Amino acid sequence: MAHYPTRLKTRKTYSWVGRPLLDRKLCYQTYREMCVKTEGCSTEINIQVGQFVLIKGDDDENPFVAKLLELFEDDSDPPKKRARVHWFVRFREIPVRKQHLLGRKPAAQEIFWYDYPACNSSINAETIIGPVQVILLPPNDVVPTDLKNEKTLFVKLSWNEKKFRPLSPELFAELTKPQEGAAKCQKPVGAKNKSAESPAWTPAEHVAKRIESRHSASKSRQTPTHPVTPRARKRLELASDSWMSQQASCASLDSPGRTKRKMAFSEITSPSKRSQPDKLQTLSQALKAPEKTRENGLSYTEDDKKASPERCMILRTRIPALKTIDIRDERTLTPIRGGRRSSVVPSMILKPENIKKRDAKEAETQNEATCTPHRVRRKSSLLTMNRIRQQLRFLGNSKSDQEEKEILPPAEISDSSSEDEEASTPPLPRRTPRTVSRNLRSSLKSLLKTPTKTPKKSPKPRTPRCATPQIRSRNLAAQEPASMLEKARLRLHVSAVPESLPCREQEFQDIYNFVESKLLDHTGGCMYISGVPGTGKTATVHEVIRCLQQAAQANDVPPFQYIEVNGMKLTEPHQVYVQILQKLTGQKATASHAAELLAKRFCTRESPQETTVLLVDELDLLWTHKQDVMYNLFDWPTHKKARLVVLAIANTMDLPERIMMNRVSSRLGLTRMFFQPYTYNQLQQILRSRLKCLKAFEDDAIQLVARKVAALSGDARRCLDICRRATEICEFSQQKPNSPGLVTIAHSMEAVDEMFSSSYIMAIKNSSILEQGFLRAILAEFHRSGLEEATFQQIYSQHVALCRMEGLPYPTMSETMAVCSRLGSCRLLLVEPSRNDLLLRVRLNVSQDDVLYALKEE
Amino acid sequence: MSSRKSKSNNLIHAECLSQVQRILRERFCHQSPHSNLFGAQVQYKHLSELLKRTAIHGESNSVLIIGPRGSGKTMLINHALKELMEIEEMSENVLQVHLNGLLQINDKIALKEITRQLNLENVVGDKVFGSFAENLSFLLEALKKGDRTSSCPVIFILDEFDLFAHHKNQTLLYNLFDISQSAQTPIAVIGLTCRLDILELLEKRVKSRFSHRQIHLMNSFGFPQYVKIFKEQLSLPAEFPEKLFAEKWNENAQCLSEERSVQEVLQKHFNISKNLRSLHMLLMLSLNRVTASHPFMTAVDLMEASQLCSMDSKANIVHGLSVLEICLIIAMKHLNDLYEEEPFNFQMVYNEFQKFVQRKAHSVYNFEKPVVMKAFEHLQQLELIKPVEKTSGNSQREYQLMKLLLDNTQIMNALQKYPNCPTDVRQWATSSLSWL
Repeated sequence: MAHYPTRLKTRKTYSWVGRPLLDRKLCYQTYREMCVKTEGCSTEINIQVGQFVLIKGDDDENPFVAKLLELFEDDSDPPKKRARVHWFVRFREIPVRKQHLLGRKPAAQEIFWYDYPACNSSINAETIIGPVQVILLPPNDVVPTDLKNEKTLFVKLSWNEKKFRPLSPELFAELTKPQEGAAKCQKPVGAKNKSAESPAWTPAEHVAKRIESRHSASKSRQTPTHPVTPRARKRLELASDSWMSQQASCASLDSPGRTKRKMAFSEITSPSKRSQPDKLQTLSQALKAPEKTRENGLSYTEDDKKASPERCMILRTRIPALKTIDIRDERTLTPIRGGRRSSVVPSMILKPENIKKRDAKEAETQNEATCTPHRVRRKSSLLTMNRIRQQLRFLGNSKSDQEEKEILPPAEISDSSSEDEEASTPPLPRRTPRTVSRNLRSSLKSLLKTPTKTPKKSPKPRTPRCATPQIRSRNLAAQEPASMLEKARLRLHVSAVPESLPCREQEFQDIYNFVESKLLDHTGGCMYISGVPGTGKTATVHEVIRCLQQAAQANDVPPFQYIEVNGMKLTEPHQVYVQILQKLTGQKATASHAAELLAKRFCTRESPQETTVLLVDELDLLWTHKQDVMYNLFDWPTHKKARLVVLAIANTMDLPERIMMNRVSSRLGLTRMFFQPYTYNQLQQILRSRLKCLKAFEDDAIQLVARKVAALSGDARRCLDICRRATEICEFSQQKPNSPGLVTIAHSMEAVDEMFSSSYIMAIKNSSILEQGFLRAILAEFHRSGLEEATFQQIYSQHVALCRMEGLPYPTMSETMAVCSRLGSCRLLLVEPSRNDLLLRVRLNVSQDDVLYALKEE
Repeated sequence: MSSRKSKSNNLIHAECLSQVQRILRERFCHQSPHSNLFGAQVQYKHLSELLKRTAIHGESNSVLIIGPRGSGKTMLINHALKELMEIEEMSENVLQVHLNGLLQINDKIALKEITRQLNLENVVGDKVFGSFAENLSFLLEALKKGDRTSSCPVIFILDEFDLFAHHKNQTLLYNLFDISQSAQTPIAVIGLTCRLDILELLEKRVKSRFSHRQIHLMNSFGFPQYVKIFKEQLSLPAEFPEKLFAEKWNENAQCLSEERSVQEVLQKHFNISKNLRSLHMLLMLSLNRVTASHPFMTAVDLMEASQLCSMDSKANIVHGLSVLEICLIIAMKHLNDLYEEEPFNFQMVYNEFQKFVQRKAHSVYNFEKPVVMKAFEHLQQLELIKPVEKTSGNSQREYQLMKLLLDNTQIMNALQKYPNCPTDVRQWATSSLSWL
């Protein structure tokens, strides 16, 4: 066996090389390189992240081997140098009972990739002895037994505590890359043998014995007592985790040029917690130098690494990073998005691990960590994991299944870095979704809603807290339309949203352009949209937003957040703040507090955020005496940093002039849009487009409805309702079930009449004789006096006279009064409320001609 | 012997009659969904088809049932709901929310009631928690979450719909109609109202969202059908325990409906109002005259009941007045004739009365002025006269302007029937110049 020159006798000094990189999220410093100086000897060994290293163990002859993933300083005082590694195992470190599983005699310098996630991967950096060369062998190669260089180690299989497996191709590819320029490592097997050896120990004994067993199994190590290397511990969890993340990013980046980017991974892996910018940077680096392929990978990785700190500094800010994206050709755009997304994943996953880390200073934890695959997880971490999982699932949908599998495990394992990160990033759960692109978020919203809401919803203890608003679902399945008419009816329902809105192309384009330009310019603005009800204002805006969201998903426009409020769905105008805030951030607050928070958010925020698109429907109901609500809504977009686009919808065209103060209407600006009522041609087109390829209507029937509605209001809703009713009438009229009904002009006519005809005349015709007589008396009295109003007494005398003429029995005053109030209650007459005496004043609510016409008929 | 037999007969009758009265009173006073629908078959079909489409296909709808009071709107909807619920498994598949504009006088109360009836998750026991705004957003959120195929349809029945239109901003109506026109939980909004101008009450954006389906109930039956209804309403059901008595009773009802005098009564009633409630009132009054000794309803009973129904309430009050008060009313009548409905005050009335008394001192006692004043105030309390303006404390009561709330014909008719009316007074009533 090789005798490594790493003795206790020679003191070594460890120092960082290069500038520290402050990990924003985790609040501690990471390094790229470390310098090991041996006392008395002038040589310095530089160890870089990504290299394979030897790590001091119990056995000086056979130090542990590992791959260095990250160097960082922890937050203890004075700061200790720590390192994160991925372990390899030597054959002798494998439990004796399992050694036979290899099925052959191991080569002297053969080591195994330790593929066991639940293993401590964080070590004291000062236990690192130096670099070592590790060569990966393809599965078919034979391990060379006699080597000139004793220090070279070979990896061919991986050991996962159960069996040996050939290295997976991805892993292989990844490892071959940095290996050349990198140092070696090796690892103390730590805990893996105890589970095998200790079937029935109590936990307390377990610890002690485990330590013993370690002595016996892997030579006599004195882990706990070692002066310089107090405990070189393995925390393979992280290693495996970051490995996963590599996989993830690898897969997501993947596509044509995987090989080219291989070198990036050594980078990505090591600072696995670092988020996008670094990765983007490395990626861009990789892409900029596509010629450099794996042959010269070594040199490339080298200089890449040297350059990286500076580059990281430069690219740390987001904008340059974005620029790099932009520079790139279209093909790379998608991969990068993918990379960005998946990069989020490890950074979140890191979190629960923190807990581990500190505990891990005790041997017990190590023990526990290795023995029990299910570690105790904090609630919060569980929560986060849930969310992460959901997100991953979503991400997975857009990518291949295989990749999904790869991403998911880390989420489950949920390892992470140090505790302080957790403390310093309390809003992690909230931030998490935000780092993900907005589109993703919006689509995730529904998924996320329940978990985020439930814990947050608190303020009133007496209210039932986690009440989910929900109507119970039906037991019986809803029947699907069977006949042609039923299908037509379903399509004609106003709620059936068509694929596109016919006849509103121009308006659509205008609104789309407006919002898109604001999105692209990162500015804000207001637009006022007016039009009579049923002209498609809200539907068009919804359509625009839908298209923009699609565009944002395809990365054509920057992602944005969409919020919708409706003046009619508020109990009073100030509630609008509450709703906006809740939809924006999920917070609950009182109206005044919400107003403050929103003002703060829109007027004084620094961090660049994505644009918010706010749709305010039924604007006129937000009118208050001071008009402060409208003022605020239109004032926020004028702030440079707000990036708020407000689309205000109301019925009246001149609302800004009529009800708004000058200062409000001036802020609203002059971007106006008016939706004209539909003409009959347009209505016809709308109906046809809905009934596309459904032969349920005669053409004339459609035209009749369209013309009638266009003449009256141009309200598309009315048009659809009439057609729907016409199908019903058609269905009633032909009771033979199998005759395919066609809505004819007669049916539409009937429907139109039913909906538009005034019911007064029918009501008069169907009223009793005395009621009709009373109406006649009113007409007579009006005629006599020449006024349109009469007292009851006057009408009564006329009524009595009329009755006498017609030979009817004399009507008593009470009866006549009852008649009068009956006619008043159905509003054929207008009578003074709460007065029932002779002086009651009576008016007709129908024109006199109508009354005459109705009475004459018989 | 025969007397004993009649006694036992009486006993049987007494038992049966109490049952008859229970059954018929229930029928007249409650709107039971078992009663028949008269002349509303088309409307019924329209409504029940609509409800079925909501329940089975999950199609959202809104409809207004319009008709004068007593035309059977509630009965129609109850019938339709009953039929719907009889469909298998439908009762668990449909949620009903009943609201009444007279009870839910604002949206806040209405929302709580809806939430309570839907039994959403913020309901604890019978209480609904949260503020108005919270309730609204909670309910809207709940309804928004559903979709056509998976959510349980909700049928909203808004009685006295016109009163909901007076709520602030018509928030509730807007939201209900908006849901019914969007792809959310399927709902059917059914409004019951007696106002023909209901659509004019709706704000234009609310109106646009309403589907404009209206079902009109107009009492559009003729007199023959009215007689038929009369007969049916009076007949005992087949499941009546005493078959013999029931047969007799129904036979009697049949006879009554064919009797001329009864038909006249009914015709008069029908002329006044086609409303079935007024028929029920007539039947109720005549039913009350049925006793063990008088077990079957006769035409006389109906006629007397009809008289009761058509009684003039003011004339009844006049019958109970004293002679002095009658004299004052006559004086007022003359003043009205003289000054063409101009208001009068006590002093004028007193002077008129004095003129009469001086001429005919032998027939009417000359009362002191305070006594006449007292009588005048009594008339005011009975609301036979009414001050033109609101009484202000310091104005002298003698000179306060008043108006008479009786018509001339009413006064004359009342005098005809007034018991023990002095002839002089009667003559004075016919003509203010009779003494000439």
